[in-house]
Parts: sequence; C-alpha cells; structure tokens
Amino acid sequence: MRKFKEFIIEKFILICGLTSILFVALIFVFLLKEGLAVFYTINPLAFLFGKSWYPISEPPQLGILPLILGSLLVTLGATVISVPIGAACAIYIAEIAPVKIKEILKAGIELLAAIPSVVLGFIGMVTLVPWVKTIFAIPTGLTALSGSIILAFMAMPTIVSIAEDALYSVPKSYKEGALALGATHWQSIYRVILPAASSGILAAVMLGIGRVIGETMAVMMITGNAAVIPNSFLQPVRTLTATIAAEMGEAVVGSEHYFALFAIGIVLFVLSFIINVTADLFLHKRNVQ
Amino acid sequence: MKRTYLSQKIAFSFLFLATLLLIIPVGLIVVIIVEKGLPAITWQFLTDIPRQGMRAGGIFPAIVGTVYLVVGAIIFALPIGLLAAVYLSEYARDNLLSRMIRLAIVNLAGVPSVVYGLFGLALFVIYFRLGTSILSGSLTLGIMILPIIITTSREALESVPYSFREVSRSLGASKWQTIRHIVLPSALPGILTGTILGLGRAAGETAPILFTVAAFYLPQLPKSLFDQAMALPYHLYVISTQVPNVDEKIRYGTALVLLTLVLCMNLVAIIIRYRFRKKKSW
Amino acid sequence: MEIQANEILSIIGPANSGKTSFLRTLNRLNELQINVTMEGTVELDNQDIQKIDIELLRKRVGMVFALPTPLPLSILENVTYGVKMHGINNKKRLRDIAERALQQGYLWDEVKDRLHESAFKLSGGQQQRLCIARTLAVEPEVILFDEPCSGLDPISTAKVEEAMLELKKNYTIVLVTNNVKQAARVGDRTAFFLNGDLIEIDKTDKIFTAPRDQRTDDYIRGKFG
Repeated sequence: MRKFKEFIIEKFILICGLTSILFVALIFVFLLKEGLAVFYTINPLAFLFGKSWYPISEPPQLGILPLILGSLLVTLGATVISVPIGAACAIYIAEIAPVKIKEILKAGIELLAAIPSVVLGFIGMVTLVPWVKTIFAIPTGLTALSGSIILAFMAMPTIVSIAEDALYSVPKSYKEGALALGATHWQSIYRVILPAASSGILAAVMLGIGRVIGETMAVMMITGNAAVIPNSFLQPVRTLTATIAAEMGEAVVGSEHYFALFAIGIVLFVLSFIINVTADLFLHKRNVQ
Repeated sequence: MKRTYLSQKIAFSFLFLATLLLIIPVGLIVVIIVEKGLPAITWQFLTDIPRQGMRAGGIFPAIVGTVYLVVGAIIFALPIGLLAAVYLSEYARDNLLSRMIRLAIVNLAGVPSVVYGLFGLALFVIYFRLGTSILSGSLTLGIMILPIIITTSREALESVPYSFREVSRSLGASKWQTIRHIVLPSALPGILTGTILGLGRAAGETAPILFTVAAFYLPQLPKSLFDQAMALPYHLYVISTQVPNVDEKIRYGTALVLLTLVLCMNLVAIIIRYRFRKKKSW
Repeated sequence: MEIQANEILSIIGPANSGKTSFLRTLNRLNELQINVTMEGTVELDNQDIQKIDIELLRKRVGMVFALPTPLPLSILENVTYGVKMHGINNKKRLRDIAERALQQGYLWDEVKDRLHESAFKLSGGQQQRLCIARTLAVEPEVILFDEPCSGLDPISTAKVEEAMLELKKNYTIVLVTNNVKQAARVGDRTAFFLNGDLIEIDKTDKIFTAPRDQRTDDYIRGKFG
C-alpha cells in the first residue's frame, strides 16, 4: 500500500517537473493563437517594418517599426549607461571592496533589485523627468533619455550580481600567478581576471538587456508614449511593451488592434527567448571550462 | 614603477566612483519616498476607501486586493514549484529532458511581465472564461513567480548533504521517505526564503494584472474569487498618470506603502537566509 | 566467495582496490549511483538479493559508514529513524528499541539523559557509536562496516572494536578496513582485495602468518599500500 502511494506521489512529482515546459509551450501557443490572426490583414514584413502605428484609424495602420526603434533606442541608452557602471561596480565589489563595505553594497543592490518598477517609474516621473526638461531646455522631459536612465538602474542589479559571480569563479591561481610575476592588483584585474570572466560578464550584460527590453511600467510612465520614429534621445518614444500595456485596455477583443497587440507580444517573447537562451549558453560555457 | 601604481590608484578611484553612482541614487530614492510619503500615512489612509475620485481617502481596497492576489499566487506556485524542484534535485538525470526543463525555467524567468499579462488574458480571462478576476490575476502571477520558487527551492534541496540521503536509504527508507523526512525539512529555510522573495515579486508587479484583474476604482472590497480587485502597484500607476490633481502626499504615500511591503518581505527573506546559514550544523 | 554466519570477515587492500564498492553491492547501495552495471549474483541465505525487496534487504543488511554521519535530528530520533521508516510508530516501543540499541552500541550511559538533544552535539566517537546503534535498532542480520574508525581517536577506535567483537555473537559482520592491524585484531577470517579482484581469503591467522599469494604477503608487510 505504501509502495502504491509512493508510486503515485512520484508520478505527480514528475508531472510538476514538466510544468515549466508546459507553461512555456502554453504561452507560446496562446500568443500565436491570438497574434497570428493579424497577418490576415497585414503581411509580416509590413508589420515589422511599417513606419506608421495608428491602430485606431480606419483602416488601422499596424507598422511597428517606430515601436521597435523606440525599444531599441531606450535599450541602447540603458545599456550604454548600465554596462560600464555595472561592470565597474562588480569589479569593485569582487576585487577591491573591504568586507564590511562589500556587505553594505550587496545589500544596497539587492534593495534596488527589489524596488517594483512602478515605484521606480513614479520616482523617475517626479524627479528625473522635470530635471531632464530643465537641463536640456526641451519641451518635455518625457524622453528616451529619461527612460534609459531609469532602465539602467533596473538592469544594473542583474548585471552586477551575475558579473560578480563570474569574477568570483575565476580560479585564484590566475590572480596569484599574475601578482607573483609582479603585476599590480589593477593589472591582474584587467589583464587576467576580466578576460577569464568575459563569457560570464557577457552573459550578465545580455541578461541585463533582456531585463530592459521586457520592462513595461517604468517606460510607460517616463518615455512619453509617442509612437513615432525617434530622431534623438531627447524625444518621446514608445516601446513595444508600453504599447501593449497602454492600448490593450482600449482594444476590442477580436479586432485587428487586439491581434496586433498579441503579435507584438510574439515579437517580445521571441526576442526574450533568444536573449535568455544565448546568455544561458554563455554561462554554461563558463562552467564547463 | 610609480606610473603603474598611479594608474592603479586612478582606476580604483573610478571604480569606486562608479559604485557610488549606483548606490547613492538608491539611498536617495528611499529617502525621498519616505520623506514625502510619511506625512500621508495615517490610520485612515490605510483603512479607508479612496474618495473624491481617488484624490482623497485611503488605499485600503488596494492593500486588500494585493494581499489576495499574492496569497492566491503562492497557493498556486508553491506546491507545483516545490515539487518541480524536488523532481530536478532528486529524480532528474542528466539527459535531454532535464536540460529542456532547465531551459524552460530560464525562459519563464525572462519573459517580459506584460507578455504574462497577455497570456493571462488569453488563457484565463478569455479561454477559461474566468473573466477579469482575482482568480485570473493570481494564476497569472503564480506562473510568473514559478521560476523563482523552483530555482530557490532547488538550490535549497541541493545544498542538503548527500550523506543524509545515503544514510537514510541504507537504513531501508525509500526515496520518497528520505525526501519527506530528511531532505525537505532540512531545506525548509531555503525554501521559505525563496517563497517570500516570490511573494515580494508578485506584490510589486503591475503589467500581469493590468488585463487580468485590476480594477480602476472599486469602492467595495471584492467578495469572491471571481471579482475584480484593486491592487497597490496598479493604484500607484493610476493616481500618478491617469488621475489629475491628486495630492502629492497621497501619491508618495501609496508608493511608500508598496515599497515598504515589498522591502519588508525581502528583509524577512534575507534574515531567514542569514540565520539559516549561521545555524547550519552540517 | 562465502561469508559465514556470526563471523567477522575483514577485508583489506590498498586504496581503490574495490573493497568499498564490493561492500556496497551487499546492500545494493551502489544502485544509488546513476551509471552502475553489475554482473554476477549475491545471495543472502541462498536468496538472490536482486529478488528481495530492496528496502527489506537494507533492513536485514545494515551499514556503518567511514565518517560519522548523524542525521539532522535528535539522538533519539536518529536511533529510531530506520525503525520508524519500517512502520513502527508506538512511542513506548520506539523508546525501548532505542534503549536496547544504544546499550548494544556502548552509548546508552552517556546519552540517556539527553536523548532529545541534537546528535551533532556528540563527539566524533560518540557519533559513530550512535550510527552503530542506529543500524542495530532495525535488527539486521548482517552489519557492514566501511572503515568505521578512520576518523576516530584510538580510544574511540578501541570502543568500536570492542562493540564489534560483542556484536558478532548475534550478527554477521563484514569489515572493510585500511588498518591491517585492526583486521588482525578483530577478524575471524580476512580477505585481501587488489585492483578489484579478490586475491585470497582465509582464516585470519593463516593470512597473516602464511598467506598463499605473494602479493598478500607484500601488502601485509607494508611493501606497498
């Protein structure tokens, strides 16, 4: 009797193990189910590269290029800010900081990681946006730049913690060898440790980028939501994520607008899939070494 | 020789400055929210419903809604996530299936939150006809935090020494008996830590609940699983962007309540993790 | 190879000679590893152990490991763990079984007043005797000792050996040891393993005075090891 009960339990455990695969598949299937329908009205190339996003006009114009560019611009800006600072911080924590300070820094970064994105969006809205408007003397502070800055702060905890892991896992013997040959601490870092940890750091950057591309609320509150092709960082833009969040409430279920929003979801899902799988490959390449 | 030490000093100073650039704003954010939000925190604020089109009154329904959603999410995610972790830690072999599972978890962890919202809308609200309800929202949030629960629980299980399992089996206990009586209890603190971190994440998310449960304004508390509900993160978004002329105090106050809720949960999780590490006798 | 009832069989040999792997086939503990292949048969009382229910087998063939491995439980819970897993839940009965087992393990007097304390508070030698008591509690027929004294000081070692000599009256004991002198002190018969093969097995005094194989002689004299 006990054996039978245990057999059932173990089968149930197996099923639970498979649920993660199940859910990924389900998400993909349902996105496709609702999103592919948009390609009856518009062909995929026109969708991806169309320059006008006016989903509520008659007939609806469903080109998402402005949105893609909006996401790209904000992501690029966030990456340019967060990668150097994040990497520098990781190096500082891993190699240089004294123990007590290390604890405080790591706590601070965990704190930052825990702040909900809507709260960061709110703070950005009330502090950063007016500040950008004043400094650059532009009509509004709701710009790609503001979004990039806030998103950089959201990506940095990810970058710092994974890069830090990568730096820690470089064998001590590498560093000791360099120091024994007369290198300074700094030289051992940038000539030996960093290259050795490079694939892990690369993975950290990719996961940071993945985090940024997928961010919704903060960008919605700060980037201005103008679905036009951006010319500079000091303009309002619209990201793929913000579009879905902002417009789904108005879209009639079953309308082309509705399908188009799901199609954007497919684009986001595929993008994040590629980024995460690649980053994971880099992380495991490092472990295997 | 002097030049290399000089360049080291410069380099290290830059690194330190960069670190400050990261940490100082974090501190500032907390300080600003506390300073400007604290005046709003009164007993009335926490227990009253929003009034005057949310420009006055309190945020009680949003707090309650968030609690319901988070509890619902964990009821769904913890059993499934924990057992999935048990599978990965105790039963899975190094084969294609387990690599696929691992890949699936990495993916679920990286899916943008708004895509979870779309998924919840398509599957729970529409396909299963649950409508915009606490049930839909909790299930959606539950799937979203599943990777966190699985990953942290798996780490906790894997850190239980192998010798415990070996000894248990050598005495004639079965695999499941070993898991149930030795491995799971030993891993409990780590599992608890992961659960609370998952709770904190679920409490702060807006995008997944936008289309699945969130109500713009609901003067009475939800009475059943199938009702809509207000929630703190959505409420903050609404009063910051959709409702004009809300007293700044109320906005900061809402942000403060949400931030405090999330940070307290993280703090509890960290404390559990810390005391567990100290207490571990093996 | 035959192991006789109520004897102590010592197994000696250099590292990696397969002694521990051999021991672990006797209670099928090797099957916990993933990539294991087995050839040949092992019989307990003329019954193929592959055909016995594996949990019942491990009840009948108990094992004491090289390093003391208390479970993260109290002393009492450690001793009664195996018994509980086999279905006995009555508190009084468990208590009686625990007392008997701890006495057989020469540990009762030292712990009888602190049965509810964590097992980790005991010293290394006490923990190992706890592990022995734990194994005895399920009333096995055979006890396998895998280098049980390797982490212990000489006094604790002597206590464990004393326990083994007393135990052989009621149990069959197979002892794997790196300590050739221990094998001579304690074993009725001794087997010598080398590179995964059984080289020689005979009465202990014969092995130690006039072994048949040159390699046995060399190992005992310490010419390699």
